[in-house]
Amino acid sequence: MRDIAIVAYSQSPCVADAGAANEVELIMPQLQAVYAQVGIDNAQAVDFVCSGSCDYLQGAAFAFVAGVDALGAVPPIKESHVEMDAAWALYESVLKIRMGHADSALIYGFGKSSPGELPTVLSQRLDPYYLAPLWLDTVSLAALQARLLLEQGRVSERQMAEVVQRSRRNARANPLAQLAGDPSLDDLLAEEPFVAPLRRSDCAPVSDGAAAMIIATVEQARTWGVPYARLTGIDHRMENHNPCLRDLTRSTSTRQAAEALGVSDAPVDVAEIYAPFSHQEILLCEALGLGQETQVNPSGGVLAGNLMMASGLARVGEVFRRVVAGEARRGVAHATSGPCLQHNLVAIVEGA
Amino acid sequence: MSEDVAVMQAPVYLQYHFTAGRAPTRFLRRLKEGVLSGQRCPRCSQVYIPPRGSCPACGVATEEEVILSDKGTVQSFTIVHIPIPGNPIDPPYVVANIVPDGANISFIHLLSECDNREVRIGQRVEAVWRPREEWTWAMENILYFRPLDEPDVAVERIGTLPVTGLEG
Repeated sequence: MRDIAIVAYSQSPCVADAGAANEVELIMPQLQAVYAQVGIDNAQAVDFVCSGSCDYLQGAAFAFVAGVDALGAVPPIKESHVEMDAAWALYESVLKIRMGHADSALIYGFGKSSPGELPTVLSQRLDPYYLAPLWLDTVSLAALQARLLLEQGRVSERQMAEVVQRSRRNARANPLAQLAGDPSLDDLLAEEPFVAPLRRSDCAPVSDGAAAMIIATVEQARTWGVPYARLTGIDHRMENHNPCLRDLTRSTSTRQAAEALGVSDAPVDVAEIYAPFSHQEILLCEALGLGQETQVNPSGGVLAGNLMMASGLARVGEVFRRVVAGEARRGVAHATSGPCLQHNLVAIVEGA
Repeated sequence: MSEDVAVMQAPVYLQYHFTAGRAPTRFLRRLKEGVLSGQRCPRCSQVYIPPRGSCPACGVATEEEVILSDKGTVQSFTIVHIPIPGNPIDPPYVVANIVPDGANISFIHLLSECDNREVRIGQRVEAVWRPREEWTWAMENILYFRPLDEPDVAVERIGTLPVTGLEG
């Protein structure tokens, strides 16, 4: 099997409202940044391009096609898209390279969530007969999950506040974060309920922005002569779409993906976890089998800024940056999709 | 009681505050002033209308704004003979790809005040604007295009005329 190298990564700041910028204008600066890291001109220099986005976010039909205007697709390029987080565009690209259909790939994800009402927009991901007509929004569904965990004594409100506090503190060192600070646990716990038992700080903010990455075979990475990290494993598992048909207090799909990859076979220095709600981070650390030695979400995670359709890719990118910088030898990235952690992806990034 | 449920109603309403984009915003602001504008690629020099912020061929940002003519050339056309639900225009009518002078790609608009049988590729046309007081941030500021009394443009030259038109 061909080894995969991550060679470049860039993310925009997470902002509450990107103003007039359209998808092309969101994507282009990140593409230019990863081109510059590798020393290439445009998407013609890679064998495959794959993107992740969802047109429902900004309410623009075929925004994912319009986004291709950012690439420079003359002469034609090999291009694909997933209506998912770009972490799954990374997965598709990894398959392409492993199958020998490409030696390099450009991956990008973008989300402009500010034009719509994100929790309501995401209710339309639910099944169209029973749940979507109820307009069950993502925050309410996550609150049901949090309530179960609290009632079972699996997590406490204080532990949830600790997750938020650590996110805000870590985000102070992340110039791309939307929310950063040093709140006390008492201040966080004194917040009014938002969708009980969740407080507003337990929920990821709504953010606009984009992220991009370039991966390649190790041989291609050496030819480019750039620092790289190895993507030594990537796996994803999906649970039932109906939240009533699964155990919301565990992330079975995350655990299975982590076990299949052997996450616990060696020390994990750093983990970037896609937990849009504070209680989910606790659940996911458990499912990934992480111990005290692992630094979790040093970027602040998505509680500090949540680029829908790009934050999963950004988790991989954050681990990549730390591995290449020598801050970590082996890291784990996690991405999620669907209500209450329905679908989960786990990736392992290691030093070259 | 064993009746099959064949249909259920589950209407979806989502509200958005849509924004056109930074480059399209510049285009729409000019349009409200009765001016067609595009953006030029810094690499291949192609001029795009409406601009989207990038050259899709080169994959680079376009910044330079180019003022275009409201005269242009028919690049392709079709004659619509069937009524389209919700469309207030009575068939038959002409829909054409029109390249404005100074740009390299076409946009789609209506062609009228013409004999439909004489519409042809390479035909010169000009915009017929609504009264100035009705102008807004929309292509409807132009009611339609109508033929110009100018010689046709050879097929290979369509999309290459300068902003000054045939004479230029």
